[in-house]
Amino acid sequence: MATASNFRPRQVTNANAIEMIGVHKWFDQFHVLKDINLTVRAGEKIVICGPSGSGKSTLIRCINRLEAHQRGRIVVDGVELVEDVKRIDAVRRDVGMVFQQFNLFPHLTVLENCSLAPVWVNRLPKAEADAIAMHYLERVRIPEQANKYPLQLSGGQQQRVAIARALCMSPKIMLFDEPTSALDPEMVKEVLDTMMQLAKDGMTMICVTHEMNFAREVADKIVFMDRGEIVEANTPERFFSNPAQERTRLFLAQVLR
Amino acid sequence: MSVPDLRSSPFEPSPDLPPPLMMRGTWGWMRENLFSSWLSAVLTVGSVLLLAWILPDLIRYLFIDAIWSASDGEPCRAPGAGACWAYVNAKLTFFTYGAYPRDQLWRVNSVMASGAVLAVWLLWPAAKGKAIAAVLFFAVFPIVAFGLLTGRTPFPTSLLPSPGSEIDIGVVAPALMIAALAILFIFMRRVWLGGVLLFLVVWFLAAAHWNFLGLTIVDTDKWGGIFVSLLVASVGIVFSLPCGVLLALGRRSRMPIIRFLSIVLIEIVRGVPLITVLFMANTMLPLFVPDAWSPDRLLRPLIGVALFSSVYMAEVVRGGLEAVPRGQYEAAMAVGLNWRRMMMLVALPQALTAVIPGIVNSFIALFKDTTLVAIVGIFDFLRAVDTQRLDPAWAGPSISATGYIFAAAFYFVFCFAMSRYSQMMERRHAAGRKR
Repeated sequence: MATASNFRPRQVTNANAIEMIGVHKWFDQFHVLKDINLTVRAGEKIVICGPSGSGKSTLIRCINRLEAHQRGRIVVDGVELVEDVKRIDAVRRDVGMVFQQFNLFPHLTVLENCSLAPVWVNRLPKAEADAIAMHYLERVRIPEQANKYPLQLSGGQQQRVAIARALCMSPKIMLFDEPTSALDPEMVKEVLDTMMQLAKDGMTMICVTHEMNFAREVADKIVFMDRGEIVEANTPERFFSNPAQERTRLFLAQVLR
Repeated sequence: MSVPDLRSSPFEPSPDLPPPLMMRGTWGWMRENLFSSWLSAVLTVGSVLLLAWILPDLIRYLFIDAIWSASDGEPCRAPGAGACWAYVNAKLTFFTYGAYPRDQLWRVNSVMASGAVLAVWLLWPAAKGKAIAAVLFFAVFPIVAFGLLTGRTPFPTSLLPSPGSEIDIGVVAPALMIAALAILFIFMRRVWLGGVLLFLVVWFLAAAHWNFLGLTIVDTDKWGGIFVSLLVASVGIVFSLPCGVLLALGRRSRMPIIRFLSIVLIEIVRGVPLITVLFMANTMLPLFVPDAWSPDRLLRPLIGVALFSSVYMAEVVRGGLEAVPRGQYEAAMAVGLNWRRMMMLVALPQALTAVIPGIVNSFIALFKDTTLVAIVGIFDFLRAVDTQRLDPAWAGPSISATGYIFAAAFYFVFCFAMSRYSQMMERRHAAGRKR
């Protein structure tokens, strides 16, 4: 019988967890990502912000190939993303993702949501996968909901289950796509607390979020995007107190009222 | 027109509504459901009058004036005679088995009984060991049923080492060992591998030693009645769901050739009447294969019916797949599931649950459409009823009518059962999934 203490998150083995070099992407005629250059070192926490439609979500969705880029290179922990199912699968096993709309599987219980990928992707025995799932459900502090269905939970609880589900694959990198935007205000904190705990444990993270306090506290680097370009990438101190770009100033004036 | 100034007029609460009428008990129920308005009162009274006009005659015809036992049609031809149940009773064997040899009926009975037991085992929600039931139903049952019903060895005889008439221990012993291995696989949750292996072993064993049973051969032109109707319907149902799912996935595939072929097949078969498909299956299938492999005359409409219902099923399933939100596919990909597992574990369970009413609708339509195989000379239940009313001993207007009433009741019972079963499954699947 597996015990919860066996589960250590896997670490990024290369110095750079993610390298994006000259990445371009188009949706038909629309140029969504323009010459993106971004390096994320192992253990680094990046927050991406910017107005809606600036390409933030598309950028992180390129990292686990939910979207394919058309030019440039993306290397995730030493594996370059190209049109090759094996590489894409390898990258997706290493990268966990949390969505704005949770996207839990409504026909499965909370526990089954979490143990699905360990059983079917990592080929673990059911008992071991369940033990892993319970371990991470305890970490996001909802083990008592394990046998409920997702739609019976509150938004905040669902999002924490989604985080647990991603963690069950012991990812090296976690992507968060506006994880608190669809939540009622009083549930934002429980999700942010979970993410902060994760950050403290040394997870490499990229977060698309408008939670500027979270960014200030957790981020090693804040990336500001506008119209498909990275306008500025800076440490939180400089980003908030002394942004280099005029467009960043305008954006901050809007969000930090 | 000026808007009245609401601020200047004082707030006046509207008068309290009267307390609700007594809503409980028979009177309350009737007031609520039958006489809630003058229109529904008129409709209620009208319906009651209509029933009062029809029901007594119907009951008198079906039961009171009915002839329950008679040696021939004479009493039923008497003026004022009701339904002739004696006729159904006398012809029941023919209605059920067609011209299947009377001393061999145990073969049909055992196939129908074991099929019914396995089907109930599979469909009963609380039943245990569904994997075993599935392997038995889909792998073992078809071979045994084929062998029992036809009396032929269920294996291409040219592929057999030596179709012997006595048990050859050198063949049986290794085959039994492989069968044991297959059962072990099934218990180790390798159901697919075990199922396929068991299928091959049973197939081979059955083939090698079928003659040992010494069954007489009964060709399909002797088959008929309820048994053939149920056979056509079951084969159609069992094949149409998986084939429909595959076609639906093909139609949504990103591979252009697969998508194109799926669309062509679906649109062509859906665009022609079932009768046309049956005629084409009957006359064209034999043209595509060498004479020796020419499909049996019953197999041809079976293929036609399965194909026809598959394309309808494909569109039903596709509707379900379209209803699964994009985020579900993205989440499945993000946790690392490959395409096949994403479909099997995430998309299809949700899609199929969402379209249970559509699926059962297709099954019911298919069940009733099996009557059309009569057109290509298959002696199904309705055809059996239809021919027997020409029997001079049993000719008579009320006798014919009774045959058709019996047929209608048979189809209704099966279709209604399917409908109720699907409603139960819908409720079970909805339980716990909604807030």
